[in-house]
Amino acid sequence: MIKITLPLGKDCASGLKAGDSVLISGTILTARDCAHKRICAMLDKGEPLPFELKDAVIYYAGPCPAKPGRVSGSCGPTTSARMDSFAPRLLDCGLGAIIGKGEMSEEVGQALIRNRAVYFAGIGGAGALYADSIVSSECIAFPDLLSEAVYRLEVKDFPAVVATDCHGGSIY
Amino acid sequence: MRKINTQAIEETVYALALKAGVNITPSCLNAMKSAYEKETGEACAFALKTLIDNSEIARNGQLPVCQDTGMAVVIAEIGQEVYLEGKPLSTAINNAVKRAYSDGYFRKSVCDPITRANTADNTPAVIHTEITEGDRIKLTFMPKGFGSENMSRLYMLKPAQGVEGIIDAITQTVKLAGSRPCPPVYVGAGIGGTFDSCAFLAKKALTRDIGEHNPRKEIEQIERLALERINALNIGCQGFHGATTALGVSCEWAPTHIAGLPVAVNIQCHCVRCEKEII
Repeated sequence: MIKITLPLGKDCASGLKAGDSVLISGTILTARDCAHKRICAMLDKGEPLPFELKDAVIYYAGPCPAKPGRVSGSCGPTTSARMDSFAPRLLDCGLGAIIGKGEMSEEVGQALIRNRAVYFAGIGGAGALYADSIVSSECIAFPDLLSEAVYRLEVKDFPAVVATDCHGGSIY
Repeated sequence: MRKINTQAIEETVYALALKAGVNITPSCLNAMKSAYEKETGEACAFALKTLIDNSEIARNGQLPVCQDTGMAVVIAEIGQEVYLEGKPLSTAINNAVKRAYSDGYFRKSVCDPITRANTADNTPAVIHTEITEGDRIKLTFMPKGFGSENMSRLYMLKPAQGVEGIIDAITQTVKLAGSRPCPPVYVGAGIGGTFDSCAFLAKKALTRDIGEHNPRKEIEQIERLALERINALNIGCQGFHGATTALGVSCEWAPTHIAGLPVAVNIQCHCVRCEKEII
């Protein structure tokens, strides 16, 4: 098990190989279908984004609401392939890593190589377990999208597997 | 004639929804445990163990087992000797869904298909009613996640393709889905009927316990052979390549037209959530 503290950094990214088990700690941003559409529309118009993409880590997830007394509701990864058309563009804008589940397209693999970035797979369906690894959660953009809004999460020892590395290796 | 106030249906659906959101079925948990015991692939074993642990964390903390608490699918089998009184049945069921998804802190995942605006209370539910014998109502509540729903398919086969064609269609659906629907999956297949009724048969097949076979021998054989073929695909838990790609295959059948052989394949992820009650 490799412990990773974010931001990832290019040297750390280069050292990771598909199939490596990791525990991720640090800041990640949730974004899924609707948020990606908005982010790309803002990029098209040249508008400033409500968060920095450079070296950020995007987690394809839409959490459940938190119960009283809890930091987060269940929050596992969603299917990454739905973000195939958005991911290369965000990676080219400096995104450092993606966390999701399931295989992504060849174009995403090429963008990972080009930008020395990494695609991590969380364990799909382990929403309650992931809620326990979230230390803080704050909605930072698009609150009208409800669970599809962008949340800034601080995570500690978030378990994942390197799905696609920056050398073209893939677990799938 | 037995009178049942739809308020009783609302309360039952509410309780079933709350329970379904945080629990996988016992047959699913058992199937996951046996998959873990026989898994030799390291990444798959790790993922299976994580998922078994997750189901326990969810149950103990009363947290949704998966954040995708699904679209609410309700099957109401209503005895024809029942007289329903009170608010309309659909209002009772949708009220139950609204209340359960709010009180359970479940995710609201239902939206307009064009604007994508969220309805904010997880309604409307998908309600199937069937008129049956007797004076009871059987209610089935299945929260259906869309990572797996998206990977479902419907085939209009030629009659000449026969049993081999049916098994190919089921296997091909799982193969094309690959790592995306959160394998190991539970596969429901409808065989026969029309385009629309075949898809419902596939959904209904998923309400059976994993491992409980269709009573008709030829159909049971299809379930067994399809499961063998799927598990030879080596997709494995989460697509990490391993022994168990599907936990089970369940088929329901109906007579069809002489010109056709519809086969619908509905994929369910490893979070099999399905609660039932008879009132």
